[in-house]
Amino acid sequence: MAAQSEALSARDLVARRLQGGGSDWRSWVLEGALLLSLLVAIGILFVLVSDVLMKAFPVLVERPLDFLTSTVSARAERAGIIQAIIGSVTITLIVAALAIPIGVGAAIYLEEYARDSRLSRFIRTNIRNLAGVPAIVYGLLGLAVFSTALGLGSVLLAGGLTLAVLVLPIVVITTSEALIAVPTSIREAAFGVGATRWETIRSHVLPYAAPGIFTGTILSLGRAFGETAPLLMVGAIAGTFSFVGAPWEQLGEGYTTLPTIVYHWAGYPQAEFRALGAAAIVVLLGVILLVNATAIVLRNRYDRKW
Amino acid sequence: MTAHTASRPNALTPADLQIGAGRRRRERAIGALFLAAAASSIVISAAIIITLAGNALNFVVQVDPGKLVTDGWFPRRGLYDLATPIVGTLVISGIAMAVATPLGIGAGIYLSEYAGRRSRKILKPIIELLASIPSVVLGFFALAWISPNIVQALFDAPLFNMLAAGIAVGILITPLVASVAEDAMHAVPEYLREASYGLGARRRTTSIQVVVPAAVSGIVAALILGVSRAIGETMIVSMVAGATGGSLFNLNPLDQGQTMTAAMTALAIGSDQVRGAALTFESLYFLGFLLFLMTFGLNLISDAFVRRVRRKY
Amino acid sequence: MGAMSTTDEAEQIAPAAAGGPPMTFDGDQVVFELDDLSCYYGDFRAVREISLQVPKNKITALIGPSGCGKSTLLRSFNRMNDLVDTAHITGSVRYHGVDLYADGVDPVEVRRRIGMVFQKPNPFPKSIYDNVAFGPRIAGYRGNMDELVEQSLRRAAIWDEVKDKLKSPGTALSGGQQQRLCIARAIAVEPDVILMDEPCSALDPIATLKIEELMRELRENYTIVIVTHNMQQAARASNFTAFLTMGEDRAGYLVEMAATEELFTRPANRITEDYITGRFG
Repeated sequence: MAAQSEALSARDLVARRLQGGGSDWRSWVLEGALLLSLLVAIGILFVLVSDVLMKAFPVLVERPLDFLTSTVSARAERAGIIQAIIGSVTITLIVAALAIPIGVGAAIYLEEYARDSRLSRFIRTNIRNLAGVPAIVYGLLGLAVFSTALGLGSVLLAGGLTLAVLVLPIVVITTSEALIAVPTSIREAAFGVGATRWETIRSHVLPYAAPGIFTGTILSLGRAFGETAPLLMVGAIAGTFSFVGAPWEQLGEGYTTLPTIVYHWAGYPQAEFRALGAAAIVVLLGVILLVNATAIVLRNRYDRKW
Repeated sequence: MTAHTASRPNALTPADLQIGAGRRRRERAIGALFLAAAASSIVISAAIIITLAGNALNFVVQVDPGKLVTDGWFPRRGLYDLATPIVGTLVISGIAMAVATPLGIGAGIYLSEYAGRRSRKILKPIIELLASIPSVVLGFFALAWISPNIVQALFDAPLFNMLAAGIAVGILITPLVASVAEDAMHAVPEYLREASYGLGARRRTTSIQVVVPAAVSGIVAALILGVSRAIGETMIVSMVAGATGGSLFNLNPLDQGQTMTAAMTALAIGSDQVRGAALTFESLYFLGFLLFLMTFGLNLISDAFVRRVRRKY
Repeated sequence: MGAMSTTDEAEQIAPAAAGGPPMTFDGDQVVFELDDLSCYYGDFRAVREISLQVPKNKITALIGPSGCGKSTLLRSFNRMNDLVDTAHITGSVRYHGVDLYADGVDPVEVRRRIGMVFQKPNPFPKSIYDNVAFGPRIAGYRGNMDELVEQSLRRAAIWDEVKDKLKSPGTALSGGQQQRLCIARAIAVEPDVILMDEPCSALDPIATLKIEELMRELRENYTIVIVTHNMQQAARASNFTAFLTMGEDRAGYLVEMAATEELFTRPANRITEDYITGRFG
């Protein structure tokens, strides 16, 4: 009799334990708090975007085309961002032309050519450290080397060179990651039929790593597109200036960029200039979010494929 | 293709085991090109150190030591109170970390331990998008939204203040902290979690008492990296913290303040560019060198912590 | 049946120094001659002081317990080990009389002449046609590429299965087909030797038999060295077998090499006997 009731209560106990998992309030609080921190972080993105859109609304609705094609002006109702667009695009092209070939080349050297020597280890560490140097310090470098020592002055070319140097380590690191992901068996197969190192890389390693390299590269160009602080050091003009020309005519001239002009307009107390700044942000963020979304989609597809 | 059956020479010479001269030359040239590309990084580092250290040294040698301890940082007037930008940097970084630590680590734990595969696939890209927002945009946001709607709503403060700047910097580094922390927890091997569940532990116990302690080095690395990024952040502070020209020494986060980075841009964007008093240019590089050393040191420490995680598993 | 015929041939060649190591062959029959070869990874010696000869147009199997350095030894035959940073050798590997590690010898040309088939089938993620054509193309082949591709695929006994889908990716084939594609790829550059590193370990028994059959056909034109941990495979498919094992220092060394039939029926060494009768390894 006693034994039977004991057996029953033991079964009850087990049943209660098995069902009771969900009623632990401390677990709920913790999970809720963790989820909240994630949601706050994401919520900020939405508040930011909606606030900017609201502030930009007057400009975007009243004169969208005029805003894109007008030059910088001290009169808010006439001001536009054509020079900033030309400046940002030209600088991004300079960065692409320099940082991509040099960065991809450096990564190929490190992952495909270099033996585990003291030199290659030094270069690796060095590149990791360069990636952690604050952007403003690259501005100081550009000011001392490109603007002053090379005598370029505060021109667009100096800005492009400075950002190319800033982006280079990022290109190297992302390309390295893409190269490391290429299976060794593919390299062995190519070497095994008598391919040289370069033939192996060109025909098999690079095609295999291409999506990864492409993703990393456009992300770093996106980074250059939104960078401001170093350009302020090498003379991106925040104020009014009149020069408008084709990108190649612009190289040796004063310049401005989208983020620089945002910085400039944000500093005015008047709401009209705030609206201009917000409208410029819409263009800037539009480009950057598009670039990043493309990269994310590309990467997801590429992950699935291999 | 008759070579298969043709008689092969039984004795070869080393010359038979070479590739064509053209192919060999091309191979060597391309290898040299890639080496040069990699070596360019050394040139860049050398250029950074030489320009920063050289000008910083000029500043140290020429400056009147009495001017290093004054009421504030006014380089155009020859007043270089070092405490002003350094303390401003620390105040803003402190606020930023107070924001980014709970948000970043909380988000990291959630992503690594709680989020299902499908929600992870949506949440991670959003965090990455947040990470891609240029700092100038967050600066604008801090000035146009955070300062009036949060800081000024709660406290009696001017529009330009260090608290709003600190919060915005915190938002900027949150995704970085979250992703490095998540990577660290992701690296904790599954068998540790299984062992914990196998003992009847709940998810809460497993993540807080097993995963987080196992990943603690990586989480510390994430925080150090966050500090390093906060110290070096420029645009937000120069837009929001207020001190465009110069600043008096200030510890109060509800007031204006100067940071090392903002001091640099303030000099560079003045209408007279980097001129002014004799040592203005050099003072810029002195601050830059100081900033470089601080972030470099922090990055090295962070790296060491990351390597500790890797060695463990 | 295969084992019987291989033994006959082995006896015809008649090793010069039967019984006592090392086993030698007539000068013009020797493709590889190893002299005191040791292979290292950094400070670790993976293979210790091996001296042996590999005869022409025969299948030589390297067998032994896992970790005894068979693959390392095989990869020293075409300087594939060069790709590992810390790898180096002492002693020599002579290929038709030329020291493969001498100055002026280019590993690229070495690998063109001495092809390799790997443990896991590793076709390029490209079309079947491009898989085969890649090697000849980089080697500067100027003949009719279509013919060469077809001929290589035929020799690898896979032509009938792929002739209608040469443009489809090589990675879409089955494991056994992929491995035969890899053999076709190796043949296409007109090598003289084919090294096979456990080519069937990732395959099912039927695919394995097909590869073994193919090896016996290829023997007519090529010298084949195969690493296998499958003793039945060595017994079925090879003419000569070298047995390696691991010493106290974890370095692999050669215990004995003999005609396959001889080694499996009358091993000269006690360790070999223990291994082939399954007492260790």
